[in-house]
Amino acid sequence: MSVATATAQIKRVSSAEKRQRLIFGVLFLLIGFLIIWLFALQSQAGQQTTFGMNPGFVSKAPEIPDFVFPTQPVLYVLGFVSLFMGGWQLARGFKSIGAMFGLVFGLFVLAFLSWAARDSAFNLVGMMQATLIRATPIALGAFSGVIAERAAIINIAIEGMMLAAALVSVVIASATGSLWLGLFAGVLIGGFLGLLHGIMSIQFKVDQIISGTAINILATGITGFVVKRFFTNPDINDKLNHSAIFPPVHIPVLSAIPVIGPILFSVNVLPYLMFIVLIALHVTLFYTRWGLRTIAVGEHPKAADTLGVNVFKIRYVNIVLSGMIAGLGGAYFTVGRVGQFDEVMTAGRGFIGLAAMIFGKWTPIGSLGASLLFGFADSFQQKIQILIPGFPSEFLLAAPYIITMIVLAGVVGRAVAPAADGVPYEKD
Amino acid sequence: MADVKTNAKTEKNGNGFWRRAGRAIIIPILAVVVGLALGGVMVAISDPVVLRGLSPNPWRVVPEGEIDPATDISLETALKFHGNDLNLGDYVVFTRGKSLVFREVVSEIQDKDTQIDLERARRRAPDLLSGNAAIVLSFSDRPFFVVQAAGRAVWEAYRALFIGSIGDPQRIVDGWRTAQETGDWLTFRESLRPITESLVTSIPYIFAGLSVALGFQAGLFNIGAEGQIAIGAALSTYIGYSFTGLPAVLHLPLAILGGMVGGAIWGIIPGWLKAKTGAHEVINTIMMNYIAFRLMSWLLRGPMQRPGAGKPVSPVVAESAFLPQLFGAPLRLHAGLFLAAIAVVFVWWLLYKTTIGFELRTVGANPNAAKYSGMSVARNIIIAMGISGGLAGLAGANEVLGLNHFLAEGFSPGYGFDSIALALLGRSHPVGVVLAAILFGTLRSGATSMQSLAQVPIDIITTIQALVIVFIAAPEIIRWLFRLKTVGDEEKTVFTRGWGS
Repeated sequence: MSVATATAQIKRVSSAEKRQRLIFGVLFLLIGFLIIWLFALQSQAGQQTTFGMNPGFVSKAPEIPDFVFPTQPVLYVLGFVSLFMGGWQLARGFKSIGAMFGLVFGLFVLAFLSWAARDSAFNLVGMMQATLIRATPIALGAFSGVIAERAAIINIAIEGMMLAAALVSVVIASATGSLWLGLFAGVLIGGFLGLLHGIMSIQFKVDQIISGTAINILATGITGFVVKRFFTNPDINDKLNHSAIFPPVHIPVLSAIPVIGPILFSVNVLPYLMFIVLIALHVTLFYTRWGLRTIAVGEHPKAADTLGVNVFKIRYVNIVLSGMIAGLGGAYFTVGRVGQFDEVMTAGRGFIGLAAMIFGKWTPIGSLGASLLFGFADSFQQKIQILIPGFPSEFLLAAPYIITMIVLAGVVGRAVAPAADGVPYEKD
Repeated sequence: MADVKTNAKTEKNGNGFWRRAGRAIIIPILAVVVGLALGGVMVAISDPVVLRGLSPNPWRVVPEGEIDPATDISLETALKFHGNDLNLGDYVVFTRGKSLVFREVVSEIQDKDTQIDLERARRRAPDLLSGNAAIVLSFSDRPFFVVQAAGRAVWEAYRALFIGSIGDPQRIVDGWRTAQETGDWLTFRESLRPITESLVTSIPYIFAGLSVALGFQAGLFNIGAEGQIAIGAALSTYIGYSFTGLPAVLHLPLAILGGMVGGAIWGIIPGWLKAKTGAHEVINTIMMNYIAFRLMSWLLRGPMQRPGAGKPVSPVVAESAFLPQLFGAPLRLHAGLFLAAIAVVFVWWLLYKTTIGFELRTVGANPNAAKYSGMSVARNIIIAMGISGGLAGLAGANEVLGLNHFLAEGFSPGYGFDSIALALLGRSHPVGVVLAAILFGTLRSGATSMQSLAQVPIDIITTIQALVIVFIAAPEIIRWLFRLKTVGDEEKTVFTRGWGS
């Protein structure tokens, strides 16, 4: 009986694998054909594409020659590589399908850029840096989700925490003139909202999604109230909603490396902080007592409790930390980028961060990878408007949301949430 | 048979239908009351006079041209609070020698040290002109004044809310008298405008609230009502202006149906994703909202833009697709009210009297039980999201066909988002939704006049809603606040689940 079930299961798994192999194979082939049909055949022989390798801003890196190549042959190569990969996938199958999908998708984007920039230039390094900058709040949102959901608290309020933190940090930074104080205040308000979420979902056992939605609405309401009540007065707006922004920090030596230097080591303090949070989170989550306890609480709180772990304490600590990280992400929008608060400035980045967390399978490093993808989509839509004027920007603006939905649908691998995610813990 | 009947009757009397109904609405009512109270606190502490009074360096009134905005106010502003438009019930502060004098303006003085008559107050007002008269509203100097100012700010805000949503009683009475005396009903009708406007605003809330409530009943959290409203409105508008020459009997239902279909499509997509892949509907409906907004923005600047219009607005809908007005100008109440009533009855009937409704509620209460009793959870999720989206789409169609007659960005001031709080407040029951929708319609419609009369931003309503959600979801807070006893048989309203399903 049990043997029969096991065999049936194996069979089912293998048939699912077969289907996945088929779907991705066809998809890769399709992308290959699209590259050839849409781009290679649409460009003329003799056209050249220039990819800028120097950032369009002041940097410590030495100038290097731009990357120039003939458009059409390269497009054919890209197309045939995709076709080959599709054929290989159909015939033999790749082991890590996610990475291969990323690769083929990358080929498609590269082909698109080469085609769009034929007979003109496109600043690749500039876009890469924009990708990192735009991925920063998304990644922080994703980390915020990771730390909460590993302890089985769904934090859907990241968006609201970011919005509140964005407002508070710019107000404090403007009032005191200290950007660091503003950043700190943003982190604090995020932590406070996290505590609120914790009290509601741990103490009162409110449905975590309802509680998170309430915090989102509360943040929208209060920030809107403050903007309309105070910032409509130009005097007050000038005094309280007008701060400097963190200047770029050029890290010695590293920032002088061509290409990588301007992309990674000449940004302002927030992407660096994001990387620090990433490393800290990765190390503590998987290699320290607290992290392992967190994972235990997220997977099987009762077992953790039996072994003497204080489930409630872990959850409270994690949700407050989650709020603080979200607050850091929120501060990015104002003191990290524009120095001014605007009611709709987070534009769903908190939710996209959650999707990045799911895409990244609840791990910090995976989340960063997914965030970079979203950041890329974001910066891509911005650059493409410069490259192809008249392109309906609304579709590109909607792209990150559509990608989020595709990711959530589990097209690229199935993600498994912590087992106790979203379930309030009741002590017997 | 007879026994059963009697039994049922005694049970009804004994357990008390009214007592149960009362128990069901006591928490929502208290939640709204506490929400409004906290909203009042927000109004009070953000009031400019109060804020200045609480600050360490209060205002000084100085002559024109020497104003330092940090410490001084202009004569104009000072007069606004203390000047010639002084009225009974106001408070005045002025200097007498070196000390400050603080008085309440009354018609008959009972206490000379705290009160002043109106005439005298107005006579003293020019003292402010002298320039050396300092108006001081410091909390440490005059705590009472600041508290009074706070009270006045809250009173004025909620008075404006009342007048804007229900109407000015004085005007209604006057209008009625004029009508009796002269037979001219216009003033009376005008005085009724606020209350009918509240109803007009309640109509989309009823649709959107039903939409979210139906989702809750099926265990789904549809945050996408806002996007569904937008798409429903867009499709409805398109049918409204592109089909011309149709008789109203055909055109109007077609346009309404278009709204429903548009919303339903926008609801079915996340429903299908949830059913087939397990992707959580909360994030997907939020993403669908953003996509809907971008789509609408593109439509109104491209294919659906009114020819010759510089603004992103659609052409005007043909008159044959208008929802008929019930009373004519200046009242805007339209036949959408009946449509909403039909929707309420339909949803109630669907949920409690049909197999589909029973399955939806079973899936909502316990998907595993539903699955093992042979119901298709996936099918029910898709059906629920489809109907839910359709109802939200009707809200959009209603706004276009009944009120605006064309599509513009931001035509919905957040009906979809508000309806989350609304459905929770109404306990996801159609009747509860109607009551909550009328309350929210009243608040939203009054908030407009609150913004114009008392300078209290409309966002206060959003904040109050968030608080209401908190109190409804965590009734323990309300129970603790009012020392209410826990009632055993109280049902849990909402069930949503984590990411994995």
